[in-house]
Amino acid sequence: MATVAAHQVRPGRGTELWLLVLALLVGLGAYAIVGLATADALPPELPWHAAVLVGLALGLHVVLRWRAPWADQVLLPATVALNGLGLAEIHRIDLAYAARDRITDFGGRQLGWTALGMVLAAAVLIGLRDHRTLRRYTYTAMVVALALMVLPLVPGLGTQINGARIWIRLFGSSFQPAEVGKIALAVFFAGYLVTNRDTLALAGPKVLGLQLPRVRDLGPILLAWLASLAVLVFERDLGTSLLFFGLFVAMLYLATERLSWVVIGLLLFAGGATVAATSLGHVHARFVAWLHAFDPAVFNASPGGSGQLVRGLFGLASGGLFGTGLGQGRPDLVPFAESDFIVSSIGEELGLTGLLAILVLYLVMTERGLRTAVGVRDGFGKLFAGGMAVVVALQCFVVVGGVTRLIPLTGLTMPFLAYGGSSLLANWVIIALLLRISDSARRPAPAPEEPPGPTPHAGSRTVPANADQATERIDVGPVRGGAA
Amino acid sequence: MSELTITLLRLGYLVLLWLFVLTAIAVLRRDLYGTRVVQRRLRVRPTAPRRTPTQPPEAAPAPPPVPAPPAGPRRIAVTGGPLRGTTVPLGSAAVLIGRAPSCTLVLDDDYSSQRHARLYQQGGQWYVEDLGSTNGTFVGRERVTEPTPVGPGTQLRVGQSTLELQR
Repeated sequence: MATVAAHQVRPGRGTELWLLVLALLVGLGAYAIVGLATADALPPELPWHAAVLVGLALGLHVVLRWRAPWADQVLLPATVALNGLGLAEIHRIDLAYAARDRITDFGGRQLGWTALGMVLAAAVLIGLRDHRTLRRYTYTAMVVALALMVLPLVPGLGTQINGARIWIRLFGSSFQPAEVGKIALAVFFAGYLVTNRDTLALAGPKVLGLQLPRVRDLGPILLAWLASLAVLVFERDLGTSLLFFGLFVAMLYLATERLSWVVIGLLLFAGGATVAATSLGHVHARFVAWLHAFDPAVFNASPGGSGQLVRGLFGLASGGLFGTGLGQGRPDLVPFAESDFIVSSIGEELGLTGLLAILVLYLVMTERGLRTAVGVRDGFGKLFAGGMAVVVALQCFVVVGGVTRLIPLTGLTMPFLAYGGSSLLANWVIIALLLRISDSARRPAPAPEEPPGPTPHAGSRTVPANADQATERIDVGPVRGGAA
Repeated sequence: MSELTITLLRLGYLVLLWLFVLTAIAVLRRDLYGTRVVQRRLRVRPTAPRRTPTQPPEAAPAPPPVPAPPAGPRRIAVTGGPLRGTTVPLGSAAVLIGRAPSCTLVLDDDYSSQRHARLYQQGGQWYVEDLGSTNGTFVGRERVTEPTPVGPGTQLRVGQSTLELQR
């Protein structure tokens, strides 16, 4: 007889510390190599940069030891590595711009945003003791999300940059409220779906092996679709609209396990995209730039041409398999190399090998998020963690797909790598929330708080399953490995 | 800085990056597999009554000639619950399921009774019988009130555990 025993789960903070050391080496090593390659010497600001990054990362580690000792041990190191690498590459692009007499300080500002983001993450971990508290604010979250989405449209507050109206100006710096809005939206979706998933999953006719929902249950998905279309039309931002709708469809699928929602979502999306591509000028330009990128007329078109995209592809191509080396490529030839095209900048300097390592890191992050969703015991936490993981995965897909010309280019940012304060803050909050949920997912707490039906026997834990007596009267037989 | 140093730094950095990624994945490996298969050590006591397995191990002494049912189920597998993955070979003797240490299949399950249910064979057919358990035994969705025939593949629920007879 074979039994299958679950592994003893350990808090894993020691493992996390070791991984964190490696992650900091990745981030700071990149920064040092940039200096060595461009100026033949270690950058003079390296000690300060290192002190900030190491201090913040270790600070978060201590906060985890203190407030969430059972949290996932890989999430924080992966995030720190990506953020550190992003900082190094943004600094490198600063240097490249400086060589062309364009003085920028994206690197310094990004370091400031990183510090703010990590402090915010620590605040979330300290302030939010139980993620289920968030469920109380389901409908508040909806109002907040809607308010954040329409905020850029408020005259005087919202500003239009490069065609898209998704920024607001506050205290002299611009901010994308939609980045925070996606967290609020995930809270709302999770809270809403956890109460309504049964009607969405079970009611309705079955057609061709597909469990279709009832017509009146279609309301929420239509509403989400209309809202994302409104974002597309009024704020002219393809990426955010795609992210919102994708998040909703993914969470609907997570909640109901019904493929029909995915089919309905994809059909609605395809319809919306077709209409948008034919009737909205800026979306149409994106489609043309995607389909006919190498056409000289499209390449040279001044607004909405494919010049940026194709230069990014050239950068990736010149990087090849192993890259030109940090500090030795020409990422500055691509417009917005520090934000929208950070992926092609890194792909140029680290090559396919480095880019794949980074994508695997995102994969690991997403996997940890989904694993947390599997492990956590309450429905709200499951949906929320799953939704957060989907947000990260979807952003990566949309950005990398856009940069590599798999899908039309959109204006989303690569989490943690790209330059952008609001995106960095929001993504650090997402990581903090995932860490908080993973703490309760991995914490061994066998006593169920609400028994799902029958009552447990008192004092039932006295006989362990693998006690010796248990084997006394078991039949002798050929051992079958734990096949079930 | 010489060309060689730069190249070494360039490739060395890629190695460092992958080292980090692979270390992170190695940490996850245990979590991905999640479980560990333990072979229960058999304690053979000469005085203990022994039932005959359908397929005796090579070292076993000559088995009593109890003919095994030709096409019946050969084992019970726990397909859900705390003991998921556990299998117990079925002979011709009855199998007692419950939390009591004297049961054949000892469930580490808060929701099962000490002596919860009994599986027995009659005329080549296996039956399940509830032994007055608190939370009941279910075949599919039906609560077992009288001895109920079960075949291979039938889902049997005892407490939080799901059992299945397999060929």
